[in-house]
Amino acid sequence: MTRYPYLNEGLSMGVKDIVEDEELTFAEKMLSIKQVEGGEAKRAGEIVVVSVDLAAGQDGTSPLAIKVFREMGGDKVWDPSKVLLVIDHTYPSSSPQISNLHSLMRGFCREQGVRLVEGSIIHQVILEDYASPGMLIVGADSHTTTHGAVGAFATGIGSTELAAVWLEGNIWLKVPSTIRVNLSGNLPKGVYAKDIALYFVGHVGADGANYMSVEWRGETIKELSIASRATLCNMSMEAGAKNAVVEYDQVTEEYLRSVGRGPLMIVRSGFKASVEREIEVDCSKLEPMVAAPSRVDNVKPVTELEGTPIDQAFIGSCTNGRLEDLEVAAKILRGRKVKEGVRLIVTPASRRVYLEALRSGILETLIEAGATVTNPTCGACVGTHLGILGEGEVAISSSNRNFVGRMGHPSSKVYLASPATVAASAIKGVISDPRCFL
Amino acid sequence: MKYRIRGRVWKFGDDIDTDVIIPYKYKARTLDPKELAQHVMEGIDPDFSKKVKPGDVIVAGKNFGCGSSREQAPIAIKAAGISAVIAESFARIFFRNSINIGLPVLEVKGVSKLVDEGDEVEIDLAEGVIVDLTKGLTLKATPLPPKIREILEVGGLVNYLKKVRASHRS
Ligand code: SF4
Repeated sequence: MTRYPYLNEGLSMGVKDIVEDEELTFAEKMLSIKQVEGGEAKRAGEIVVVSVDLAAGQDGTSPLAIKVFREMGGDKVWDPSKVLLVIDHTYPSSSPQISNLHSLMRGFCREQGVRLVEGSIIHQVILEDYASPGMLIVGADSHTTTHGAVGAFATGIGSTELAAVWLEGNIWLKVPSTIRVNLSGNLPKGVYAKDIALYFVGHVGADGANYMSVEWRGETIKELSIASRATLCNMSMEAGAKNAVVEYDQVTEEYLRSVGRGPLMIVRSGFKASVEREIEVDCSKLEPMVAAPSRVDNVKPVTELEGTPIDQAFIGSCTNGRLEDLEVAAKILRGRKVKEGVRLIVTPASRRVYLEALRSGILETLIEAGATVTNPTCGACVGTHLGILGEGEVAISSSNRNFVGRMGHPSSKVYLASPATVAASAIKGVISDPRCFL
Repeated sequence: MKYRIRGRVWKFGDDIDTDVIIPYKYKARTLDPKELAQHVMEGIDPDFSKKVKPGDVIVAGKNFGCGSSREQAPIAIKAAGISAVIAESFARIFFRNSINIGLPVLEVKGVSKLVDEGDEVEIDLAEGVIVDLTKGLTLKATPLPPKIREILEVGGLVNYLKKVRASHRS
């Protein structure tokens, strides 16, 4: 096994003590290490000021951050290499007003020497190009929790805070308490990380992990790809989590090698750490799950909702718009057709995913089955363009939110499910169990 | 910031998400608080923005402001004239955003059961005390950590940072 020339060996004594302290959780360790003023270990409930390794924003939050940055008297961002702006929510723009806000972002990035990415979803960009173990990432987007998938401490903030981080390079955070989810058992056929995530949110409720750090652990985790781990960490936010994490392991190491990055620092949760809650999930007993309108925690097995008519099926978003998601959908849709009268919209999460799906023939399979493949963007997930629901319309979606009006008209309805369940439902025109196609 | 607030109560339930508070389609295209305010709470009550009077207060159940990180949610609430939000509990990003833009948010256990829509309330922000004048009830808010109080007291993070940076220079 190749070893990176890292990391924990080169740490200073104080930091090393914290990293190796078995009584601290992942969140306690990370936030203690990142304290601007240095200092001893901090426990859950304490407030710390920490330095930031990456501050990201998207086109729904950055324009306001730019405005506030100016109001704060901001002139130069503290470190342009640690700032990332992404135009993803409505890309390419769907109105002159939105185009103006995009221009504002372009101008700001030019002026500040900051990287701007257009036309890939922010969390996929961070996962592909930035996230590393031991990094502290803040993003003006709630699903920044995603990057715990590679062992980073990553959390969502608002626009004003993003502006403050651009200015100062640090932020105050309350050290969260921890909820551990131990996954055991093999995933049955037709059941994916999304189903585990939906089960979890349904089990703890929409505020069940509010302000908390979610540690995803157990033997089943070892079998999950970084993409699947990203789905778990992404959806943890739907239970209110401040951050979510999967510990560094061989899968992480291989992923980082494949994208050409080494880890910064490996931080594991201590085995003697005190956590607020532990949850055991026997994955071998799970079924494909669906969150029914209009709450993410209104979760039921697909078998209870089978036969519900749909108008639109959406596969995409930062939750499930990655290559393995499109691959599963293609497997189910190969040689089959989307039901007449139903729209299947497929939106890859990034340009890289788009290209890989194109080269491997996945897109061809999907288009042959009747899917409409869009450019990478948030689009339908957030009801901004490329698949807005009309009055009373019903969608099944691989995204993460089914709030009232989330994907369009306030009277439209959204069911959340795995890409496999969405693909199966697109074929039948009603919510369907994917297991009959596998 | 005003330390005493007096207003009429508008009530909402549990888990009010930021998509309901301000749908993405509005916030995607403008930074103007007044335009955002016209659509506040549209997902629940399309006429809400017309009914609100300056100084009114929102009282809600648990996990108020869950979902998207959009700061436009507290901005729209504030720009509509709402002077404070009192809830059983808040989602974390909404809570931070509110403090940062200078919208007082108070966590008060039991408030959603004890206070009714239309009640007249008086809030003492310095003391963290809410008096329901209609019912003659006094309730206490969970105290804020000093750092967060400091930010709220100067009207939000913009003023706070200006102050901090000025003191660094001098
Ligand atoms: S895909 Fe949806 S949930 Fe993800 S960042 Fe975009 S709008 Fe947010």
